Amino acid sequence: MLVFVARRIALAVVVVVGVIVVTFAVAHLVPGDPAATWAGPHASAAQIARARRFLGLDRPLVVQLFSYLAGISRGNWGVSIHTHRPVLSDLLTAAPASLELVISALLLAVVTGIPLGLISARRPGRPADQLIRAGSILGVSMPIFWMALILQLIFSQRLKLLPAAGEYSPGLLFSHPLVKRTGFPVLDSVLGGNWAMLGSTLDHLILPAVVVAAYPAGLIARMVRAQVLDTIGDTHILNARALGFGERQIFAGFAMKLAWTPVSAALALVFGYSLVNTFLVESIFDWPGLGSYAAVSIATLDTPAILGVTLFVAAAYVTANLVVDLVQAAIDPRIRLR
Amino acid sequence: MIESPTITPPQAAVPRGRALRQGLLANPLLTVGGALVLLIVLVAIFAPLIAPFPGDAGTATHPFQVLKPPSAQHLFGTDQVGRDIFSRVLYGARVSPVIAVIVLAIACAIGIPLGMAAGFLGGWVDELIMRVTDIFLAFPPLLLALALAAVLPASLTSVTIAIAAVWWPWYARLVRGQAASVAGRPYVEACRALGVSRLRIIFRHILPNSATPLLVQISLDVGGVILTASALSFLGLGAQDPVPDWGLMVAEGQSYFTPDWWLVTYPGLAILLTAFAFNLLGDGLRDLFDPKRSFLP
Repeated sequence: MLVFVARRIALAVVVVVGVIVVTFAVAHLVPGDPAATWAGPHASAAQIARARRFLGLDRPLVVQLFSYLAGISRGNWGVSIHTHRPVLSDLLTAAPASLELVISALLLAVVTGIPLGLISARRPGRPADQLIRAGSILGVSMPIFWMALILQLIFSQRLKLLPAAGEYSPGLLFSHPLVKRTGFPVLDSVLGGNWAMLGSTLDHLILPAVVVAAYPAGLIARMVRAQVLDTIGDTHILNARALGFGERQIFAGFAMKLAWTPVSAALALVFGYSLVNTFLVESIFDWPGLGSYAAVSIATLDTPAILGVTLFVAAAYVTANLVVDLVQAAIDPRIRLR
Repeated sequence: MIESPTITPPQAAVPRGRALRQGLLANPLLTVGGALVLLIVLVAIFAPLIAPFPGDAGTATHPFQVLKPPSAQHLFGTDQVGRDIFSRVLYGARVSPVIAVIVLAIACAIGIPLGMAAGFLGGWVDELIMRVTDIFLAFPPLLLALALAAVLPASLTSVTIAIAAVWWPWYARLVRGQAASVAGRPYVEACRALGVSRLRIIFRHILPNSATPLLVQISLDVGGVILTASALSFLGLGAQDPVPDWGLMVAEGQSYFTPDWWLVTYPGLAILLTAFAFNLLGDGLRDLFDPKRSFLP
């Protein structure tokens, strides 16, 4: 097991370094001049040259790459050209909002996707199954930026049921100030016993979370259905049937147990996908997370910030995969042998 | 005997004739998907004949027709410069679906030879190619495509390049798996022993054996590429104004969409319908060709 863990972690590190090299190469294809952007629109040629030396852009690309790698390992992710703040602190400020959105969306996807997949697998080929399959394919076919706009139109503009944008109603900050503890507004409201604020944060979370959940929910429902149908003919299920277990227990207990492994692997995958999908949704809902940060840094050609946000999301994705792999290997020893 | 190294699907894996027809009837989702895909292809081909205002797909402006709600004359209403949205949506079938075809062709052109080399040659070639694909697959595809499209000048060509650059590793993976499993079979060893050239083995035995899973994967991926391309255009990194791209139309309509909801609604519906059609088709084909995954009696 130790060898397996060491190998998996080494592989993850190799992948992250590879990710840095690839994004670094991509970012330096930028046609604009970051030094000129940094120095401002009316800077003189001499000032731009000084800025270039100050930012270290006058060195050979390989030297820049190695100093960037060394910096990252020491927690120095460069300075944003747009905000003039360290990229890592910018990212850490923005990350909680995105994580809160993605985690709530994944929870929503699990509690809808698994039951739907099970219902679908109960009687394959029947109308309920066809309907759920069509629905789950619809979920993975959804252009989520469009879904965000349409839900906003229906639920906030027309029906006026839900707020259109933001993390909470800013007006509440005067009567019920939000004490920052973790940076996650929902968690901070609970920890501070700030119930009025909690209601507001949950209200604001519903629409973006439903939008981000569309893809993972569809994917999970399809996977659960496929897995359960794969195992339903196995001998242990036959045994359970012979022993007189009810159908409900057989599906939710025995068959679902085996479906957990691929579903948890898929969760790590969709965690990364959903984090990127926030890039499309956050600006629509005015959500102050990584997606809004990425949108601004792309618009301003802010190379260190683009690199940072790409690396951050890729690292989060690799970590999620690593955690799932290790947990699975701990539960199922057969995986270690592969 | 066939002499030329043509690529033919394996005989046994493809249910033909009657079996295929029964499969279609037993799988309504596949039939619906196939019909919708056919419809989209027909719309793309005959857009100039069906569209009531073909000129509106380009630079036409009608200052006195701006932002008209859907009516008998303009089924989907008109946009911010008075163009007929129905015509533009029809012409849109010529934009992102075509991009998807080009992207997947490039992805196959890169991925298939690399996967074939990795699976058939093995050793350090395999190790090197697979570690490179590992790194590419460590990104969610939209992330790297976004980073690439952000640094390239905003155009449909950039979008095509950006998506193809992140899509090929999936094909390298798929083909490598197929090639490695076929390369170890006794009949391929027999070919080698008989002195059949490597190229001939690849074209006559390994490629035909990979054709079915490749076709299924391609049909499953069309929807994903269309969604990715639309997302990049929505962010302003792809198609530019007169091009009737659905993602761009949603982005342009965004600032008008209360109260003029039709600007966003119809182009987005077109994206959804197209991705849905191809995903239905791909899903159905996978069930049809993979007996293990075929759950219907």
